[in-house]
Amino acid sequence: MVRSPQSPALSIHGLIKDVGPLSSLDGKMLRVVSGVSLTAERGQVTALLGANGAGKTTTLECAQGLQKRTGGSISLLGQDPDTAGAGLRSRVGVMLQDGGLPPSARPIPLLRHIAGLYARPWPLEDLVGRLGIDTFSRTSVRRLSGGQKQRLALAAALIGRPEVLFLDEPSAGLDPQSRQLVFDLIAELRDGGMGIILTTHLMDDAQRLADYVYIIDGGRNVAEGTVQELLQRSPVTGQAGGHVRTLLFEAPAGLDLAAVLPDGVDVSEARAGSYAVTGALTPRHLSALAQWWEANGIMPASMSLEARSLEDVFLDISGKDIR
Amino acid sequence: MSTAAIPETQQPASLLRRVLLQGKYEALTMLRNGEQLILAVVLPLLALVGLTVTPFLDGMGSSRINVAVPGILALCAMSTAFTGQGIATGFDRRYGVLRFLSTTPLGRGGLIAGKVLSVLVVLCLQVVVVGLVALALGWQPTAAGWLPGLALLALGAAAFTSLGLLVAGTVRPEATLAITNLLWILLGAMGGIVIPAERLPAAAQAVVHFLPSGALGESMRAAFLGGAVNGGAALILLLWTVIAGAAAIRWFKWN
Repeated sequence: MVRSPQSPALSIHGLIKDVGPLSSLDGKMLRVVSGVSLTAERGQVTALLGANGAGKTTTLECAQGLQKRTGGSISLLGQDPDTAGAGLRSRVGVMLQDGGLPPSARPIPLLRHIAGLYARPWPLEDLVGRLGIDTFSRTSVRRLSGGQKQRLALAAALIGRPEVLFLDEPSAGLDPQSRQLVFDLIAELRDGGMGIILTTHLMDDAQRLADYVYIIDGGRNVAEGTVQELLQRSPVTGQAGGHVRTLLFEAPAGLDLAAVLPDGVDVSEARAGSYAVTGALTPRHLSALAQWWEANGIMPASMSLEARSLEDVFLDISGKDIR
Repeated sequence: MSTAAIPETQQPASLLRRVLLQGKYEALTMLRNGEQLILAVVLPLLALVGLTVTPFLDGMGSSRINVAVPGILALCAMSTAFTGQGIATGFDRRYGVLRFLSTTPLGRGGLIAGKVLSVLVVLCLQVVVVGLVALALGWQPTAAGWLPGLALLALGAAAFTSLGLLVAGTVRPEATLAITNLLWILLGAMGGIVIPAERLPAAAQAVVHFLPSGALGESMRAAFLGGAVNGGAALILLLWTVIAGAAAIRWFKWN
């Protein structure tokens, strides 16, 4: 087994996954992933961001060897997860969305059991202390709160001191304190060289944690970049530009502002008299708008300038329809 | 090592150690579960006592208890391998435990091996408990019966484990619970496992010989009553193991 420190933690090319046959589709197969390609580096947090059902978990499960892919290629630490054995599995930690812990188990014996499957596990007491598991070590899994369960599942994924860590919706059910604890640990592990791949539908998670983000929609990756790059992506052209902001103001209904502002800026009137100007706004835009207001005798009833969030980027890209 | 430094390349514990650990963990889980203990030990002992104080088995062998014990041991194998492991696996599947463990160095193969091992460990304990109680009640096993008897018991456990995993891997855990408990009662009462086929209604007799319960019960009695090996019954058990095992491999759903 050749280990190349330079090889990425995970690289996926043109992943395709069909499931079925499904009776709801007259016995046809359903394509749930149709061409995801991504690279996750060591020492980075890579986030797969997408709505429920976008194909994030399926992509992860193909990478973990839990599901056999229909097409494409996957290289996890330089190996194919479909054919690799215990050697590869010992270098990869997995936290599943539903935890995957037996309800009747108690935290310490369970972790001790999993630790025994590795040659050099993370010292149990240290990990248990780091994640605050010692406060509920005698409670069976079924009686744990959502946050306690998540911390235990994270410990189970980390006990083998993996080089690559998969986290499926890591902040689900976490209270604010647990969330801080978990996020701090993830950042520390990342700084220590671990390649961390997580899925989330929470923009805030990605914005706080991710070094690189892939937006997954309808079974394919539709945008990628650092959080900064995505925030600077123009909602009009999809190209990188300046920092995108939105100017909101209330004024008389039916104003035709298109001619006032230069191209590359999006103007919409969501409700009558309620305007949103979105784009890489500069003082020149604000000045042009103010001059036009002055010339036409308009004083906005209210106005505010807002930085763009990852959520806005996400909604631009994947559309606003409920699916 | 206690900080989150760049991890050195991890290695799995040896395959033997992984399987032994999983076997031990699953066996302890089974033994700590009250319902499983009732099924594995209490009900077989009650059946043993019941068969020694009633005349169901009169005329089948040298004494009631000598006829009863081989069937009770066979019942123990069905309890642990089929109903016990079936239900445990069904719920492990529901809670994602199978998926999680198959991402660890244990893997799917190690997980199955650990389950088989845990069945054998619990079965050994059942043989000791039932055997001691039976000896206290006056059981006189044929010395030549132990070797074929224990080998057949292991084969029966393999057949019932395959069947239990087949059910657990293909239907919801609630259905697994219902199916494996119902079959335990039906096969226990009418499947030729504790009550020999000859004492069952004529309509049932023809079928019972081909059931895993009937084949195991009959061959256990042949071993412990006369030191004989019932080759036909052993072949039927082997067929059940192969067919149910292949079906489980083909249709088992991990999630």
